[in-house]
Amino acid sequence: MDSSPLPPPSAPAASVSVPAGAAASAEAALIDVKGLSFSYGDSSALHGINLKIPERRVTAFIGPSGCGKSTLLRCLNRMNDLIDGARVTAGDIRIRGVDIYQPDVDVIELRKRVGMVFQKSNPFPKSIYENITYGLRLQGVGNKGQLDEVVERSLRGAALWDEVKDRLHTSGLGLSGGQQQRLCIARAIAVEPEIILMDEPCSALDPIATAKVEELIHELKSKFTIVIVTHNMQQAARCSDRTAFFYLGKLIEYAETQTIFMNPSNPQTEAYVSGRFG
Amino acid sequence: MKRFFDKELENFRSHLVLMGETAVGLVRQATQSLLDGDLSLADQVAAADDELDKLEIKIDEEAVRYMNLRSPVATELRLIIVGMKASHDLERVGDETTNIVRRVGRLTAEPRLKTDTDLDPYSELARMTSIAVEMLRDALECFLQVDADKALAVCKRDVEVDAINKRLYRDMTRLMVERPATVTTALELMFVSKSLERIADHATNIAEEMIYLAKGQDVRHSDETKNPNLA
Repeated sequence: MDSSPLPPPSAPAASVSVPAGAAASAEAALIDVKGLSFSYGDSSALHGINLKIPERRVTAFIGPSGCGKSTLLRCLNRMNDLIDGARVTAGDIRIRGVDIYQPDVDVIELRKRVGMVFQKSNPFPKSIYENITYGLRLQGVGNKGQLDEVVERSLRGAALWDEVKDRLHTSGLGLSGGQQQRLCIARAIAVEPEIILMDEPCSALDPIATAKVEELIHELKSKFTIVIVTHNMQQAARCSDRTAFFYLGKLIEYAETQTIFMNPSNPQTEAYVSGRFG
Repeated sequence: MKRFFDKELENFRSHLVLMGETAVGLVRQATQSLLDGDLSLADQVAAADDELDKLEIKIDEEAVRYMNLRSPVATELRLIIVGMKASHDLERVGDETTNIVRRVGRLTAEPRLKTDTDLDPYSELARMTSIAVEMLRDALECFLQVDADKALAVCKRDVEVDAINKRLYRDMTRLMVERPATVTTALELMFVSKSLERIADHATNIAEEMIYLAKGQDVRHSDETKNPNLA
């Protein structure tokens, strides 16, 4: 078995054609969710989701609590596999045309390609340096020069280098909340994923740290495809290129972010983004 | 879902409607004062223009506050934006009524103009006023009803007023050449006609803004709003 479930990033991205009238734009779809239904045991969480996520863009998932947005996000790197009874009941998810739920897919490799940043920053109780290099060491990289280079590149990429370069060997837990979250982003990008999933990455941060992470998201999209779940409407409006609105496990509307916030076609979407839902 | 600040939006709407009704009243009274030679009514119109100025400032204040504190998006944001723009147009309507009533004194002092054509400039000005007032009233109804079709119909009426203005200009110009003694009155009537034409333009602007409110589509300077039968 080929240990890599996905074609390399240099492969043509447009292997999945976008049918006319589909919710996604004519941009190359990196992730193609087709008719996806998902359940936690007997409880159905997603119903027939169709969604094409373009490459090197920020896609925001919005919707009220329990609408399925985080479930879908976690389906994209099979994080839900870790939950007993959680399973895809219909449809599939393709990344560069490869069905990531096929039995021969190497899930570890998939998660390397599809990194994740969580709501609560979760640095390892190790030094900043070790946090960044942890994934690479697991992959067997031991060359100090190479590791040093990755640490600097990742911390610069996460806009954290200038703040921590003089204390790389102190604990990551000693950083502020906003710095810890950026450390987690640096850790995610150290293994050079293609896709970064962010599950409410700023919900525990103050406005200054939030602004820094948002700036970072904007920078990162030149290299990575980012999917972000957020309850902050202004954040979705500011940061994302496309927005998907979910309600009760269904995708209600998916369009350019500008359309969703300026002139949505579905009244439920309008009510939600206006803060008048319910 | 009702929000605790919905009342602010209602007040904003009410102030724009009040401004619209005030402007419509002033347009009617301005032309009436001219037709009747009623200097006292002309003075009332000039004084009432201040009310529109105050309402414009109030609407701007409410809009800026709402945008800063309530973060409106989509239709609600468009409502605030078009409300501000429409209030600016209505303020300009008020300015035009002031321009009209300023001429009432001079027109009253001169003999009433008679032409040897079938065009009676006074009844033409009354007709322009009637159309402009209907356009303004309909545009404001579109604001309350969020009706894009009706707003489009308002836009298409602008050419009716333009046509009367053009004809009146032509006739007055000819009259001034043929009968130089009429120059003062003819010029004043041309200025009034121009003001009424501008009022219809402001009504058109408001109607275009109401199409934007209803559909999120900017139709300004497009062929969509032109009347193919009269253009």
